[in-house]
Amino acid sequence: MAVYKVKVFSRFERFWHWSQAALIFILLFSGFAIHGFFRPTGFENLVWTHVVAASALIVLWIFAIFWHLTTGNWRHYLPTTKGLFKVARYYAWGIFRGEDHPYKKRFWHKHNPLQALAYLGLKLFLFPVIWITGLAYLLYGFWSQGPITASSLEWVAVIHTLFAFLMAAFIIIHIYLLTTGHSFKEHVSPMLTGYDEVELTDAEKAYLEQDEPGRIIT
Amino acid sequence: MWISKRGFARRAVRCCAAAAMILTGSMVATVQAEEQAAAKAGEAAGKVEIGINEYEDTAKKRPVDKSVTRLGEKPEDKSTTDHAKLKELQGPFSSGPEVTKACLGCHNKAGHQFIKNKHWTWKYHNPKTGQDLGKSVLVNNFCTNAAGNEGMCAQCHAGYGMTDARTYDFKNEENIDCLVCHESTGTYYKLPPTPGNKACSVMFEGKKPIDYTKVAQSVTLPGRNNCGACHFYGGGGDNVKHGDLSSALFKPSKKIDVHMGEDGENFSCIICHVGEGHDWAGSRYAPLAKDTTKSKPGLPRQTATCESCHGVEPHPMSLMGIKLNDHTDRVACETCHVPEFATGGVATKIHWDWRTAGKLKNGEGYREEGYIQGNGEPRHTYKSIKGNFKYGENLKPIYKWFNGTEIYTTVHDKFDPTKPVEINHLEGSPDDPNSRIWPFKKMVTIQPYDKGNNTLVYMHLWGDDDDAFWGNYKFDRAIARGMKDFNLPYSGEFGFVETWSYWPIVHMVQPKENALSCQECHAREGRLKDLKGFYMPGRDRNEWIDRIGIFIVLATLLGVLGHGLLRILFSRGRSH
Repeated sequence: MAVYKVKVFSRFERFWHWSQAALIFILLFSGFAIHGFFRPTGFENLVWTHVVAASALIVLWIFAIFWHLTTGNWRHYLPTTKGLFKVARYYAWGIFRGEDHPYKKRFWHKHNPLQALAYLGLKLFLFPVIWITGLAYLLYGFWSQGPITASSLEWVAVIHTLFAFLMAAFIIIHIYLLTTGHSFKEHVSPMLTGYDEVELTDAEKAYLEQDEPGRIIT
Repeated sequence: MWISKRGFARRAVRCCAAAAMILTGSMVATVQAEEQAAAKAGEAAGKVEIGINEYEDTAKKRPVDKSVTRLGEKPEDKSTTDHAKLKELQGPFSSGPEVTKACLGCHNKAGHQFIKNKHWTWKYHNPKTGQDLGKSVLVNNFCTNAAGNEGMCAQCHAGYGMTDARTYDFKNEENIDCLVCHESTGTYYKLPPTPGNKACSVMFEGKKPIDYTKVAQSVTLPGRNNCGACHFYGGGGDNVKHGDLSSALFKPSKKIDVHMGEDGENFSCIICHVGEGHDWAGSRYAPLAKDTTKSKPGLPRQTATCESCHGVEPHPMSLMGIKLNDHTDRVACETCHVPEFATGGVATKIHWDWRTAGKLKNGEGYREEGYIQGNGEPRHTYKSIKGNFKYGENLKPIYKWFNGTEIYTTVHDKFDPTKPVEINHLEGSPDDPNSRIWPFKKMVTIQPYDKGNNTLVYMHLWGDDDDAFWGNYKFDRAIARGMKDFNLPYSGEFGFVETWSYWPIVHMVQPKENALSCQECHAREGRLKDLKGFYMPGRDRNEWIDRIGIFIVLATLLGVLGHGLLRILFSRGRSH
C-alpha cells in the first residue's frame, strides 16, 4: 500500500459542507438573537431568517441523505472500535509528544475512527433532535390543540436551545481540530480542492487509474 | 314630562350631568387636598370655574355623520321609504312619545322588540355566571351607580321619563325613545329626567327647542352620531369611560379607525354591531372572546367580532401570514391591531379619586381645568362633585387572558378592602382553550365603600333633597340614603377602597401598517412581560438550560484552548 493524492470530497460534498456551515452559522446567530441574548433587528426579521435558513438546510439534507445512500458514502461513517483507542490516545497524549497521527486515510475510510464516530453522532443524534424540535417549534400551530401548551412548547424550546449550545460546542471543537495536523491550511484544503492523501490498495489504485482517472494524481 | 319646563333646565346642570349614561356618583366630604397631580400630559393653566356645570362635558358635540349603514352610502337612494312623505309623520308633534306612537303605528312589532333590549331594560342576566347585571344595578368605578340616580343618568336611557327604574313602566312602549337612535338631523337632544339639586343650574338654557316633526321625518338607520351621543360620553364626559370610544369617532380619519374613517370605509357602528329586530351583537357583559364560527360566503353574520368578517385566518398565505394566522387562536385581533387607545386628541380618564370631592369655594362647588388634551380642549382635573382625575392619551393597553366571562363585584358582594377590588374580574388563563390575550384599559379609582360590611355602596348623587351628594357634598348622607332606598344593609361607616375595572379595547383599529410588530411582545421586556403561565418565544427562557448551555460552550472553549496551549508548550520543550 502506498499513499496517493486522491479526490476524496466530491463537488457535491464540498458544496454540502460549506453551505451547511454557512447556514449553521446563520442559524446559530439568528437563533440566539431570537432567544434574546441580543437583538440586532426585529423579531420578525430574525424569525424569517431562521426559518428560511432552516428550510434551506433541510432541503440540502434531503439531497445529502439521497447522496449518501446512492453513492454508498454512508460507509465512511460506520463506527468501529478498531484504532479508536489509538486515535483517542493520540489526542490525549501523543499529540503533545510530537507523535504522528496514528490513522492513515483509506479510500473507504476517509475519517479516522474517532472522527467517524463524532460525525455519526452529529448526523444521527444532534441534527435530528435540532430539526425535529425546530419543526415542532415552527409548526406549533398545527399540533397544539387547545391551550398554549405552557409545558409542551417550553419543552420543545428547551431541547432546541440546549442542542443549539451543543452545536456551538461541536463547531468549536471541529475548528480547533483543524489546527492539530501539520498546518491549518493543509487541513482545510481537502474540503476546498477535494484532494487529500490516502492510502490505496493496489486494487483501489488500479480501479481508480482505469475507471476514474481524474480522481487520482500519480 | 318635566323637561318641558325651563325651570328644570335652569337647575339641571350646573350640577352635574353625567351624561353618558350609566353611572353617576360622587361624593364627599372629607376634604383633603390630596396629591392631585394633574395628569401626565398637558399641564394646563389650572383655570378654576365656580359652578359645576357638566353639560358641556357630556353633550356639547354631536356632528352628524353620513356613515355607511347596510343601506349603503346614500341611504336616501336605497331605502324603500321616504319617511318625510309619510302622512303619519306630518305631525305636528310636540313631544317624543307622540312621535313614538306614530312610529309604532306602522312598525307595530318594533316596540315589542325593543322593550327586551338592554338599552331599555338596563338589565342583563348573565346565564353563565348567574349574575344580575345592567345599569340598573351595577356599581362601577366612575360615577359609581345609576341606581337611584336615574334622574340624571337616564339622560342616556333609550326611553322617556325614567326617573326611577324601580317604578318605571317598562311595558309602556310609547315611552320608547325612537328618535335618539334614528333621527338624522343632529338637532335632537335628551335632558336628564329630573332637575336634581338646587345647586345644579341651567343646563339647557337657551337651547333651541326640538322641532319634533322635522326630526321625526328624518329617521333612518343609526349613524355614528346616534350611538356616539351616549356611548362616546360614558362615565360623564368625552371618552371618560371606554378609552376607545370618543368624539374623535364622530368624523374620524382612517388613522384613528381604519373602518370608521371617513376617508376609508366610513362604517357606521351597526356595520359591525349587526342584528335584526332591535337585538344586536357586541355585548360588553358577555363578550365573545373567541369567535370560531365559520360562516359561508354570503351568509349573514351574527357577531360583532373581527372574525365575523375577516375569518380566523385573515393574513395572506405567506411565511409571515401563516405564522400570524397561527396566533389567532390565542391572541385577539385587537391585541395587535389596536396598539393604542384614546387617540385622535381626546383623552380618557385613567384615575379617579373620590376622596377629594366636596371641596368648596365660597360655599359653592367648582371645577379646575388641569389638562389640555391633544385636540386643544381643556379637561377638568378636579370637580367638587366628583374629586380628582387623571387623564391619558395614546395609551398602551394592558393585556390579559380572557375567555369572555366577567365576574362583577356587585353591591351585594363582600371583599377584602386591603386589596384593590376588581369591579369586573376577567376570567381566563393560558390553560383555557377558550381564552385569548385581549387588550384592556384599566381604570383605577379610589371610591367609597361600606367599611363595616366590606361592600361597595350606592350613593344618592342626584336629587332635589338634602341627601344628594351633588349639591350637599356629604358622603355619609349620600351613602346612607343610597343604600336605604334599595333596602341594602349599611354599617353607617364608610371608607375608601381602590377599585379596578377593565375595558376591552376594540375600537380605534389601525391600518395594517400600524399593527404591532412581533418585537413588541416577543422580547424580554415586551408588552406581555407580565402575562404568566405560558412559554413565549423571545420573551421566555429556561434559566437552567441557558446556564448549562453557556457552561458547555465555555468549557469546550477552555478545553480546546488548554489543549492548544499544552501543544505549544510541549513542542517548545521538544525543540530544545
